[in-house]
Amino acid sequence: MAVKVSLKVNGKSVSAEVEERTLLVTLIREQLRLTGTHVGCDTAQCGACTVSMNGMAVKSCSMLAMQAEGADVMTIEGVAKPDGTLHPMQAAFKEHHGLQCGFCTPGMVMNAIDFAKHHPNPSEQEIREALEGNLCRCTGYHNIVKAIGAGARAMAASK
Amino acid sequence: MGAPLIGARVERKEDYRFLTGAGQYTDDLELPRQSYAAFVRSPHAHAVIKKINSSKAKNSPGVLAIFTGEDFATAKLGGLPCGWLITDVNGQPMKEPPHPCLAQGKVRYVGDQVVIVVAESIDEARDAAELVKVDYEVLPAVVDGSKATAKGAPQLHEAAPGNTCYVWSIGDKAATDAAFAKAAHVTKLDLVNNRLIPNAIEPRVANGSYSRADDSYTLYVASQNPHVERLLMTAFVMGLPEHKVRVVAGDVGGGFGSKIYLYAEDVAVTWAAKQVNRPVKWTSDRSEAFLTDAHGRDHHTVAELALDKDGKFLGMRVKTTANVGAYLSTFASCVPTILYATLLAGQYKTPVIHCEVTAVFTNTTPVDAYRGAGRPEATYVVERLVETAAREMKIDPAEIRRRNFITAFPYQTPVALMYDIGDYNATMNAAQKLADVSGFSKRKDQSIKNGKLRGLGYAAYIEACGIAPSAVAGALGARAGLFEAGEVRVHPTGSVTVFTGSHSHGQGHETTFAQVVADRLGMPIENVDIVHGDTSKVLFGMGTYGSRSIAVGGTAIVKALDKVIAKGRKIAAHLMEAAESDVVFENGAYKVAGTDKKKTFGEVAFAAYVPHNYPHDKLEPGLNENAFYDPANFTFPAGTYVCEVEVDPETGVVKIEKFTAVDDFGKIINPMIVEGQVHGGLTQGIGQALTEGCQYDASGQLLTGSFMDYCIPRASDVPFYQVDTRETPCTHNPLGVKGCGEAGAIGAPAALMNAITDALGVKDMPMPATPQTVWRTLKNKKAA
Amino acid sequence: MHAFKYHRPSSVNDAAALMKGEAKLLAGGQTLVQTMKLRLASPSDIIDLGTIKDLAGIKSDGKTVTIGAMARHADVAHSVDVKKAIPALAALAAMIGDRQVRAMGTCGGSIANNDPAADYPAAVLALNATITTNKGKHEADKFFKGMFETALKPGEIITAVSFQAPKRAAYLKFKNQASRFAIVGVFVADFGGTVRVAVTGAGPSVFRQADMEKALAAKFAPESVANIKVKQDGLNSDMHASAEYRAHLVTVMARRAVEAALK
Repeated sequence: MAVKVSLKVNGKSVSAEVEERTLLVTLIREQLRLTGTHVGCDTAQCGACTVSMNGMAVKSCSMLAMQAEGADVMTIEGVAKPDGTLHPMQAAFKEHHGLQCGFCTPGMVMNAIDFAKHHPNPSEQEIREALEGNLCRCTGYHNIVKAIGAGARAMAASK
Repeated sequence: MGAPLIGARVERKEDYRFLTGAGQYTDDLELPRQSYAAFVRSPHAHAVIKKINSSKAKNSPGVLAIFTGEDFATAKLGGLPCGWLITDVNGQPMKEPPHPCLAQGKVRYVGDQVVIVVAESIDEARDAAELVKVDYEVLPAVVDGSKATAKGAPQLHEAAPGNTCYVWSIGDKAATDAAFAKAAHVTKLDLVNNRLIPNAIEPRVANGSYSRADDSYTLYVASQNPHVERLLMTAFVMGLPEHKVRVVAGDVGGGFGSKIYLYAEDVAVTWAAKQVNRPVKWTSDRSEAFLTDAHGRDHHTVAELALDKDGKFLGMRVKTTANVGAYLSTFASCVPTILYATLLAGQYKTPVIHCEVTAVFTNTTPVDAYRGAGRPEATYVVERLVETAAREMKIDPAEIRRRNFITAFPYQTPVALMYDIGDYNATMNAAQKLADVSGFSKRKDQSIKNGKLRGLGYAAYIEACGIAPSAVAGALGARAGLFEAGEVRVHPTGSVTVFTGSHSHGQGHETTFAQVVADRLGMPIENVDIVHGDTSKVLFGMGTYGSRSIAVGGTAIVKALDKVIAKGRKIAAHLMEAAESDVVFENGAYKVAGTDKKKTFGEVAFAAYVPHNYPHDKLEPGLNENAFYDPANFTFPAGTYVCEVEVDPETGVVKIEKFTAVDDFGKIINPMIVEGQVHGGLTQGIGQALTEGCQYDASGQLLTGSFMDYCIPRASDVPFYQVDTRETPCTHNPLGVKGCGEAGAIGAPAALMNAITDALGVKDMPMPATPQTVWRTLKNKKAA
Repeated sequence: MHAFKYHRPSSVNDAAALMKGEAKLLAGGQTLVQTMKLRLASPSDIIDLGTIKDLAGIKSDGKTVTIGAMARHADVAHSVDVKKAIPALAALAAMIGDRQVRAMGTCGGSIANNDPAADYPAAVLALNATITTNKGKHEADKFFKGMFETALKPGEIITAVSFQAPKRAAYLKFKNQASRFAIVGVFVADFGGTVRVAVTGAGPSVFRQADMEKALAAKFAPESVANIKVKQDGLNSDMHASAEYRAHLVTVMARRAVEAALK
């Protein structure tokens, strides 16, 4: 049965008719056509679907769209400035070659931004632990860890 | 122009779109009137299909069509072909049992596709798929490759008695046996190269569509080689002319081999699209990916190394059983033969080698090339043997390697390959220094004080990349050429679009190739775009695998660039009224030597497209050249890896303290990208050695069917790597490049297992060295 | 995922009234949504507790920490009150799943589900917690009945869990490499005179290790448990860890937990 869900996505209010069984990620990808949020697994391990909900990184494949009623959601499409300038965390991923195929990248960046808000100058170990819920098969994490460290410091500096 | 682009750490051109969510992966595409497919898959590893009843499913909401193997047979769709013919020891062709797109009469592994359901939405397709009733008569299964040829083992295919695909061999058996007869020492190991599940983070996707207007098909697919996919699908399966099929592989989220192949789902959605006259999209979920993406490795090997009293290698004898799974996947047959046994010389002057390989069918997911493909298995055999021999003979493991390194090139190995160049002492020396091997004993003492064990292991690997010289490959059984194609299209105002048959799914071709082009043409990299992955745009291509992109695809582009520059020289000579032989091209301009006459590349391009003042009697207008490049030889990247681990004997947890990789990839175009490739390869190799072990139960159920049970490394499982390079330029391609994509995965498992066995003080232990396995190994050692 | 009917009650009573047939409560959903996605669970109705306001708070009087059923793991992990009163509990919450899962997963959901490898049940048992529901209260010792089974009756909804603050405590977890759930997790809590040791991951359901509790009550020191051999009978055994290995790990983790508690 179709039900209505209303929320804010990337600063814009949206309302959509969804089946009750619709996942948040399905709403984002299929209905809102924000395809930067990806699905890489079905057991909530890979984190490619990570978005920010009310300021916290969550896995949009692990919640129903209905659970996001009234929420403020940000996807990777909403991270850069409107003029296209990359967010400091995005810029750090680019500078440090923190991405290869790009598929896990949006989830990595969304998680990293939330993490960096709480850890302005994170240690290597803190970063690695923070990536417990994000899988990457390309980079070996080496440059992702470097990028997140640099991105967090850049975020802190730009405050 | 500024500094040269070749060798520069240029940030990637593709990153902006990936970082802003603007990438276009196959699942991101929704076609008008899109419909969705779900597959009914076999829950049994081996069974006869008695009856399929779809009547309830057909009436399920949203269902558009349901097709079975019978429908495919009626439509005369062929089976999935194997692209490499192996000839067995008796001169007979390998056994190639039919591999139907949808099962016909029998299923042979859990996940084997039986029925395709097409519906209005993915949920409706899945709802209906659950309603399809398939009656099975369950048969006994065989899953272990080493048991497949046993008497009384369940038989998979009528066409392959004894479940044997082929028994193949290479090398001089009599000479090898003779070498063992006079050996002072023989080291022997029973090795299992564990089965792996590739797990690119983007699952496979196929979206087929059909146009009644011109009777043509388009398949959007997450593939590493769209042209080969098209060739196989049209010529071998669907019986269509190639010009009626377009295959597009846009952004692809990692491949590692698993997206090289033509899969049943790709054919099924393409064919079904015509039947329902709507685009049909199938998106694998991770559970399906575990069951149906071609797996990797799965060798059982008995390996022996004969040495003289000084530790010089006299001969190597290897016997391998390779489990190819239930059917032959696209390149399955060449992986445990051509890509494996030919590498058993490693970096050493072993004078005689004999290897026999038995490829067997089992009731498991088909096995094919996975990052490294044959070469990690070979390196594991060679480097575990060498390290073990060193320990047994009490020779320093680096020293025993040095005593046997090949030092004069070109070098003809006893297993077919001719190494063109290398410097194995250089990478060994650099790795030892970077890894601070001399400080190891101190660190080990400290570990012991803390109640821990510490070990150090080497792997000096070699790989054959730049696949492949077509004539050589053809003589070895390849059913396709292995050249690459490139096209350089210069636009009237001097910017350039380059089309390449190589495919990038993370490797960064859009940047690396653009660096080569911009460097050669002396223009800003922003003026160069690289296009790949679309058969309707790129003239031809053999795709990306075997670390071949820069060596073969890059060279094709260079050859096309040479033609562009040569034609431009003729035009420039005309414009400057100079002799062609006096015109030089440097820094983006044609100049008349010894004068200040000059025409920029842009001016020449403009003249080619606006040919008002043009040598029409000698030249056609336009500036657009293509080239096909077939390599003269394989390339031979090589290097030394040093791994240092600390083991907690109480829990069995292995911690990688240091991982050092020094590689010789020849010339390097973009060191940043190369390092990234090494990091990723190392991590997959570490995954094989530490965390990844595909397991089936005896009935053929996959026990490691999700990330809950199959562990690909996470950030906290791996350290920062220490990587460096040494350079001996490849002798037979103009860039001097060798390829770097697989090295890490090839060298890492042996280095890691050498380190762990050193720490534990045991001769051998199985991969993956999970905490439980390490703990049990120590416990057994204590008991013994 | 199979189809279902979705409800968003505004009170616990409303939620309880909806619990009929194959209805399921949705707390954080970090387990339930996965199982539904894989079509392993097919509830007729989903009752979302997410908007019931009074379920989410965290309170502490120094002796007891009361955590609302819908408090997220991240809230508990970062709570100044919890960190002060029972740092081991905050540390446990910070160890659950990953940071995205912790942003959604709830204390009540974890306890009601009673996954054999979940972390929270170890805290409930070791910290002698009281589980408050819409129908009354449960003692920790009588709450966990077996694999995925609890003393909760149909229609009963956890509203809060009150943990007793120990003198010192620590939780140590040996993770499954793949899932990151506990293969063995040991929570040691010293209440001064009495010691409680709860083990999760090792058996079908969380349990107390009486011989260790006794030894630690006599002397709260690592050596008190270092040589206690845990029986493998009845412990879980799978490809990741045999019963024998798990039994061994219980001792190792218990000893290390005591060391950590003393730090």
